[in-house]
Amino acid sequence: MCCTVPHINLGSVDYAILGVYFAFVLGIGWIVRRYVKGSEDFFLAGRSIPAWICGLAFLSANLGAQEVIGMAASGAKYGMMTSHFYWLGAIPAMVFVGIFMMPFYYGSRARSVPEYLKLRFDEKTRGFNAITFAGMTVLSSGISMYALAKLLELVLGWNFHMSVVLSAVIVLAYIFLGGLTSAIYNEVLQFFLIVLGFLPLVLLGLKDVGGWDGLVAKLGIVATNAGYPDGAWSNSWRHLDSAASNPMGVEWFGLAMGLGFVLSFGYWCTDFLVVQRAMAAESMTAARRTPLLAAIPKMLFPALVILPGMIAIALHTTTPGGLLPAGPDGTPNYNLAVPVMLAHYLPSGLLGLGLTALMASFMSGMAGNVTAFNTVWTYDIYQSYLRPGQSDRHYLRMGHAATVFGILLSVVAAYAATRFNNIMDMLQLIFAFVNAPLFATFLLGMFWRRATGHGAFFGLLIGTGAAAVHHGLVLSQGAPPGLKGGFLGTVLHTYPSEMAQNFWTAIIAWTSCFVATILISLLTPKNKSDDDLRGLVYSLTPRQQDGGMPWYKRPATLGAVVLGLTAVLNIIFW
Amino acid sequence: MNLDLRLPIGLMFSIFGVMLLGYGLLSDASIYARSLGINVNLWWGLVLLAFGLVMLGFALRARGARGP
Repeated sequence: MCCTVPHINLGSVDYAILGVYFAFVLGIGWIVRRYVKGSEDFFLAGRSIPAWICGLAFLSANLGAQEVIGMAASGAKYGMMTSHFYWLGAIPAMVFVGIFMMPFYYGSRARSVPEYLKLRFDEKTRGFNAITFAGMTVLSSGISMYALAKLLELVLGWNFHMSVVLSAVIVLAYIFLGGLTSAIYNEVLQFFLIVLGFLPLVLLGLKDVGGWDGLVAKLGIVATNAGYPDGAWSNSWRHLDSAASNPMGVEWFGLAMGLGFVLSFGYWCTDFLVVQRAMAAESMTAARRTPLLAAIPKMLFPALVILPGMIAIALHTTTPGGLLPAGPDGTPNYNLAVPVMLAHYLPSGLLGLGLTALMASFMSGMAGNVTAFNTVWTYDIYQSYLRPGQSDRHYLRMGHAATVFGILLSVVAAYAATRFNNIMDMLQLIFAFVNAPLFATFLLGMFWRRATGHGAFFGLLIGTGAAAVHHGLVLSQGAPPGLKGGFLGTVLHTYPSEMAQNFWTAIIAWTSCFVATILISLLTPKNKSDDDLRGLVYSLTPRQQDGGMPWYKRPATLGAVVLGLTAVLNIIFW
Repeated sequence: MNLDLRLPIGLMFSIFGVMLLGYGLLSDASIYARSLGINVNLWWGLVLLAFGLVMLGFALRARGARGP
């Protein structure tokens, strides 16, 4: 990032709003702390949270600063096609996890996703997942902390180190006090703040560009200037017939399989960060409704997080002199879309609210990572391998300690991510190596009782290895060999974009893991009896009876409604 | 859980609403040039205050129904 942005000067009213928010966040932690009596209260919120609260927390934990900044950046860079990260890359998987997978997660009484793997497969599969997951959460929270601090330095002139320390200390304080309950309650508060803080920006921006029709007209200029068909920035599906006709550089199959199936299901169905929110629900139906209730606001989020980016690029192209400052490579610095828009439209007062919303999104994402990390560390690594058989109080103390060093590790990781222009691309890459094969393991584990521990473990290794090998042999157009691919010496294929490369890495990882798990399972003896697998595998678990509930509370009906509405949105913005 | 989450949410947004509303009434009109000439603090303050009060209303009604 360069330094051509004039600093925004905050007024006292802006600081006052930020201060009130900090006070409430810490206050909730303080009030909730008295509910924490044992380790299950700290790590699983005592499994006592109503579905709507879990649902909003489920959403909020995913809505970190890198999502808000990254999605707006993608909106500017790729236009309306970014909505695929929601309508194709999130909603179907959220419905699937709620209806089909939650019965096993919640019903097995596993305390974490890795623990489910231990119950279903074996110790080594759990260990592999627990260790890679713990590393990944620390990394993600470090990346978002870095992004936030860099941003505040750039636009507000705040000291980088002060931003890191301030945000880390506040998140640390409220999780340390109230554990997952505190994190979840604050995530709901943060959810409303993010929505109500960014909405005025979207409304003003839309009014300024002449509504949706005005925006489409301006985006037409953006598209033709860049040498793409007229609607390339304002249609989601129409220009997917070939990679050359859209700015994302992907074709429909790579997008649907890579993003819509492998990456999306890999994230929403197996990532403990989100699944943990549903596991904290008060009952099985509440747990199953959690992702479904989250899907309803989720499908409207493109308007909140992608639209500002699209408006920013439209204004950038049509105003003389531009709006977005140039990045190091000469192209507009897309990551600055949100802060530039905030400064462009919001006067003191609302500006403070907008920045507080940005801060809230950062904290919800970071708290999500930290609560997932301290649980997996304590239950799946510390209790399993380092110090088994201690008292519950001992593990509760370890949870507190893990919260502290998890955040310290994030701070360390915060100084490691600078190479990618678009943060989302980097996260996709990490998920492609570790998460993409994982969904094959869960799918086989939950729906095929013959899958064995050896099959799962070596399948996962082969899948992750296949991802690394594929990434090492291919490159995206114009990228230097190295972190971005081609590190194995020869480049066998060049993709039109980094996004396409990542999608195909995911597809190959998933397929390798799926095939390898089946083959190895057939060659190895079953390591769990049917009795052991009751409640863990579809064919050995009694169906959920939802008959007594009103239709709008039944997960299946709710899921069908959500999918129907998403299909309508896809058609409207086709 | 004994904490009704609507209480802190309602309280926080009511406070934000009053702050923005007050600032919108007192601030100089020239700062609204960038927000297309609209006194967005005033209007959005009203929206936030209304949202906060509705949340508080639900929370207090639930508390009343449960008894002291």
